[in-house]
Amino acid sequence: MIVVAAVAVVLPFAAALVGMLFGHTVSHLLSPLARRVRKPAPGTARRGALVLARRMPANGPALIAVVPVAVSTVLTAVLAVDQLRHPASHVGTLTRVPTGTVEITLSLQVDGLASVVALLVCCVALAVQIYSVAYMRDDPRYSSYAAFVSLFTAAMLLVVLSGDLLVLYVGWEVMGICSYFLIGHYWHDRATSRAAVKAFLVTRLGDVGFLFGIFVLGLAAHSFQIREIIGRVGVMPHTALLAGTLLLLCGVAGKSAQFPLHTWLPDAMAGPTPISALIHAATMVAAGVYVVARLYPAFFFAPASLAVLGVIAAISMLGAALAALAQEDLKRVLAYSTISQLAYMAAGLAVGARDGAVFHLLAHGAFKALLFLGAGCVIVTVGSNLMSAMGGLRLAMPVTFWSMTVGFAALAGIPPASGFFSKDTILSQAWKAAHDRGTPSAGGWYASTPLTTRPAPQGQAVVLTWTVKPRHMMGAPVPHIPSWVAWLVLVTGLLTVVITAAYATRTWLVTFFGERRSAVRAREATPLMRWPVAALAVPALILGFFGLGSAELRPEWGMAVISLLCAAAGAGGVYVVWNNDPALDPVRLLGPLRPVLRAAFYLDTVYDVTIVRPVRALARLVVHADERVVDAGVEGSGRGARRLGGLLRATENGNAQAYVSGLFAGVVLIVVAVVVLT
Amino acid sequence: MILAAMLAVPFLGALGMLVPLPGSPRRVTRLARLYGLAVSGVTLVLAVAAAAAFDYGRRGAQLGVNVPWAKSIGLRFHLGVDGISLPLVVLTAALTFLCMVYTARALPVPAGSRGGSPQALIGLVLLLEVGMLGTFVALDLLLFFVFFEVVLIPMYFVIADWGGSGKDAAPRARAAANKFILYTLLGSGFLLVGILIVAVNAHTLDMTALTARHGAGLSHGLQVAAFGLLALGFAVKTPMWPLHTWLPDAHTEAPTIGSVLLAGVLLKMGTYGFVRIAVPMAPEGAKVWAPWLGLLAVIGIVYGALACLAQRELKRMIAYSSIGHMGFVLLGIATLTPVGLNAALFGNIAHGLITGLLFFLAGAIKERYGTGDLDALGGGMLAKAPYLASILTFAAVASMGLPGLAGFWGEMLALLGAYEPHSGLPRPTFITFMAVGGLGAVLTAAYFLRLLSRVTHGPVAERWRTARFADVRSHELLAWTPLITATLFIGLWPKTLLALTDGAVRLLLGAR
Repeated sequence: MIVVAAVAVVLPFAAALVGMLFGHTVSHLLSPLARRVRKPAPGTARRGALVLARRMPANGPALIAVVPVAVSTVLTAVLAVDQLRHPASHVGTLTRVPTGTVEITLSLQVDGLASVVALLVCCVALAVQIYSVAYMRDDPRYSSYAAFVSLFTAAMLLVVLSGDLLVLYVGWEVMGICSYFLIGHYWHDRATSRAAVKAFLVTRLGDVGFLFGIFVLGLAAHSFQIREIIGRVGVMPHTALLAGTLLLLCGVAGKSAQFPLHTWLPDAMAGPTPISALIHAATMVAAGVYVVARLYPAFFFAPASLAVLGVIAAISMLGAALAALAQEDLKRVLAYSTISQLAYMAAGLAVGARDGAVFHLLAHGAFKALLFLGAGCVIVTVGSNLMSAMGGLRLAMPVTFWSMTVGFAALAGIPPASGFFSKDTILSQAWKAAHDRGTPSAGGWYASTPLTTRPAPQGQAVVLTWTVKPRHMMGAPVPHIPSWVAWLVLVTGLLTVVITAAYATRTWLVTFFGERRSAVRAREATPLMRWPVAALAVPALILGFFGLGSAELRPEWGMAVISLLCAAAGAGGVYVVWNNDPALDPVRLLGPLRPVLRAAFYLDTVYDVTIVRPVRALARLVVHADERVVDAGVEGSGRGARRLGGLLRATENGNAQAYVSGLFAGVVLIVVAVVVLT
Repeated sequence: MILAAMLAVPFLGALGMLVPLPGSPRRVTRLARLYGLAVSGVTLVLAVAAAAAFDYGRRGAQLGVNVPWAKSIGLRFHLGVDGISLPLVVLTAALTFLCMVYTARALPVPAGSRGGSPQALIGLVLLLEVGMLGTFVALDLLLFFVFFEVVLIPMYFVIADWGGSGKDAAPRARAAANKFILYTLLGSGFLLVGILIVAVNAHTLDMTALTARHGAGLSHGLQVAAFGLLALGFAVKTPMWPLHTWLPDAHTEAPTIGSVLLAGVLLKMGTYGFVRIAVPMAPEGAKVWAPWLGLLAVIGIVYGALACLAQRELKRMIAYSSIGHMGFVLLGIATLTPVGLNAALFGNIAHGLITGLLFFLAGAIKERYGTGDLDALGGGMLAKAPYLASILTFAAVASMGLPGLAGFWGEMLALLGAYEPHSGLPRPTFITFMAVGGLGAVLTAAYFLRLLSRVTHGPVAERWRTARFADVRSHELLAWTPLITATLFIGLWPKTLLALTDGAVRLLLGAR
């Protein structure tokens, strides 16, 4: 299984290298072949798959991009099916790299969590690659674009499947740089370039903390291997565990765009829409949540970190939902909604709903990718990102409309769409955590049993190696977080349900209903774009039912009814307002709050004033000081030496009389000295 | 013997350039280029042969040559390589060869009316190679010092006679060269006194013997003094903040190959001296000075990054970025741990590859646009010269320490070393250094992205819209591809270097 996983990771990487260097060469090689295929036999209908078959072979970059990801998808599906039948954790190590202290192991770890997330990544990546073939058809730099998407896919798979935290970090950063390149794909626009830089720097800031967290945990466990670290959380010093997990949260907040490091995500929407779907909705931003889930035992034994995570999540959840309500740009609505939904996952992790959080991650990956790709279809048709230019597209774009309707229903948590089930799991676990007040449970999936003893590498007597066994019990165990955190999560969670339903309804209505607001003749997007969207609607709709098999993921009726009422309140309120005058945006009711929300509480301005400008001023100061102080000291010493030399030179003036007088004076001085001193 | 041959070939080659070549100036130029290419090629082959003959299972120095030279003062011609010096030797030979490849088509022209013939330039670069290689393979303290100094003179002339561009090129290049040689000679003075303190009190000049002693026989006070003096000498060369101001001037004025060798190899001689001489021979002194060294190192990291952030000239910016990167190397050394020294050695090689590439690129850009001023360059290089801009992007991303490329491992391991420094050092202090260094890494990313954003992104500036110039040319591609490949390879497979240095470093520190 490890070999399968390794191949799944390496394939897109190889595709990226080949695509970057030889994308067009392949096109040239294939073109004679393609010309033969393209000549249609008389009487053949020009439809769907045939058009695809005719267009694909000539497009080298597209072929290089799509085929490896398709193979990887199959391979990860094999992994997931294998895990479903025989749940186990496999670790395979390629080599160990000495560092002078704790070794780095180049290893992969395949288990249930990893394989299912890897499958999600591959599915979304495949959908996006196919969609991009059409979306980027006229782009001269499609080749490098597709290669970067492949590289991103490889990096994300590495993050998901890595068995070593430092190797994970490699994937983690490579994802970041791919995100930078892809956001900046339209680099001739200065604003896009700025957005790309901002996205990279803000996440990098968090990643430094993440790296330090890896150091802390790795050195405390004497290994960077995830399995070893998890195995030793019970015997690690608590300060190390706490510091390590808190530092990891910096990186999580950066990557998963949580408060206070979330400001990059809305700007990242400047990139091509398929990128927003892949990187900034379904996969990369979920990596932060995934890492917490992967290292969950470490967080479980450091409840203070979970409490911090809960507070961060509560702020991000509500704040971003409010901001989403007032946005004008369709993609920015979805971006803020992504922040808010990621916060749900983080909140779920904070209250102990690990499986619920991962469930929501999967569901969100499907429905948000669907919404973004659908938005891409709409934007291409309308020619603008602004919702004020949309409206009335329901009849012109039926496939997109129905698919996106499923997506919005899942986002708002309306049954039977997937979002309803996953959100409910998190909220009911929050309810439980608020009441249980951290009663230690008898045992859950994390139940640890000491397996073996082995000599510790750094000379300690004996370290117990623990193994984590998944065990399905009724409900998940509750971490020892303060109950106010659980209450906070629960209350903001329910409030967010109201607002989420409100903005989802508003976006849905304003985009697809009412009057046409632009003169463009709207029609359905091309099949290559339309069908990936429709395909994603299937998991977005039915994924929720897979949870029914597990006790932990089954909806609890009390909470389900409450959250459904909340959603109905939000959606209904917006509908009533909209119905009064379908030509107007229902957000007008917010009044003076609207600009505040649209600017997301002016946090960008605050950062600009408190961080960006002082750093720039400091940089100018350094350049100035380097010339005027440090270097002036050096140059000054040179000039000083020369002046000193000049003083001494004054005596060497070539005047023989002066020399003789000096000689005489010296003799006199010596004589006097001899006489006086002896 | 292979090491002696590796030094003899470029030395004899440099001497050979004293013989006047027959024929017209054009023919002389062509002959000189081919000659340089051949001699440095043979040297590279010998360096690679040394790497092939190297026994990777052993930790100590190998392939030794050890013959008496000046018996009266106990000086011996003692050469050898181990896991610490081998990568640097190969890097030096490779960079010199690539410089020759680059020169084969784009020979720097002496600006103004200065008389620098191509023949002289080739000879000087070969002499420079002797000094650089010799520094890394010398195992006798005085011999080390001799090679360390040999480097200065050819570099002086390369900067002074072939450097500078634009208006009043000659006086500016001369001033930069003067500053370079005076500053580093001043450092060498301290270095010599430090070497003598160690040698006189230990009664030997043999570096392997001195290393094996780990400072035994030198009193605490002497070690403190010796490390201080040695460190001062090496710090000027590295350069460490605040002794760095010769570097930006020298880099800005030097011709492309001068900058490449200066950044790629010369700076490493300072950090190599720390690892090879200062730390193992005066370990007690190192413990006293290490926190200060660490402090200056992190100041250098942040200071260099901030200076880059507001820099307006391309080459000057890359020069300041070197100060930041060398700060990471020094931080690794200051931890006095195997991981820290591994970090330093990895950082050395990575910086040599990446910054070498960056200076090549800066030279190519200046050659095309006629200026290195960021405002004048405008933007849109990705539209104007897509391949050049893509390689620049690669180099910048590698230089900012992206995992998966060479720059990352040195930085990361230096920070890891600072998290758990040597047991005799104050840990909280070093953890603070680690945190500041981490912020420096963010600033490093910031200035490189700013550079890319300003130069490669955006619309093409008005004044360049009609200008026509070639994208990457073949000789440039030939010179750069090995650097790009190596950066990618050791970034993806860091074990190549770490497995090599780890054993040698542990031997040096007397660790397990």
